[in-house]
Amino acid sequence: MELNHTEFKRCDVVKVSGRVDSATAPRLAEKLSEIMDAGRYRIVLDLQDLDFISSAGLRVLIGAQKNCKRYNRGEVVLANVQPNILSALDLAGFTPFFKIFEDTVSAVGNF
Amino acid sequence: MPTFVFPGKYESLAKIAELVQIATREFGLDSCAAYGVETAVDEACSNIIEHAYGGENRGEIEFSYEITSNSLIITLRDQGKKFKPKKIEKPKTNVPLKNRSDHGLGLYFIHQWMDEVHYDHREGYNILTLIKHKGTMNT
Repeated sequence: MELNHTEFKRCDVVKVSGRVDSATAPRLAEKLSEIMDAGRYRIVLDLQDLDFISSAGLRVLIGAQKNCKRYNRGEVVLANVQPNILSALDLAGFTPFFKIFEDTVSAVGNF
Repeated sequence: MPTFVFPGKYESLAKIAELVQIATREFGLDSCAAYGVETAVDEACSNIIEHAYGGENRGEIEFSYEITSNSLIITLRDQGKKFKPKKIEKPKTNVPLKNRSDHGLGLYFIHQWMDEVHYDHREGYNILTLIKHKGTMNT
């Protein structure tokens, strides 16, 4: 898994590539905590090059979403979600909890 | 049926996934069905490490697969704590985010993505058999 973090004025974009499984999910959780601990709660996850996400990874996404949405201070949105990843999100019943954008520009524009 | 043995640690998951990809390609599954099988095996192996062994580096995971005319049969064996399958519950989607539980998702995924799931315990081994048929939904 590779993480590429870009800080914008109004939000943070994290590009997640490769595999998010039980081995790598803790690193994703750590990166998102680092952003939230800095008081930044508007996060775009660019999933263009995400090949695989297990339930461990999905738990990180839902945990970050719960934290960001607390006190209406922000939210996590998803961009470039590939069909297999979308199937996993859907099966987990997580799609209603995330805004999903076709590309990163529209996702950033949401904030 | 070739058997591959991996140390029971999370780093093994990516290596096991490579074997799953070879098996699903050989069997001729489409991308979505292949992704589902990869997910089921990943969740099963994560459960072996976390629940059967109670942590990393406490035992091995044996992976083998067999392809018949109509089925891909994947077998996982471990010598961890005997597995007692729980009731599989569909995630509740009609609850607010803050009440949404994320537990039991792995087991749910395994049962959703595979056509047949069998548990057995023989001679000190947990034996999990995951079967995907051709011509079912997602193939």
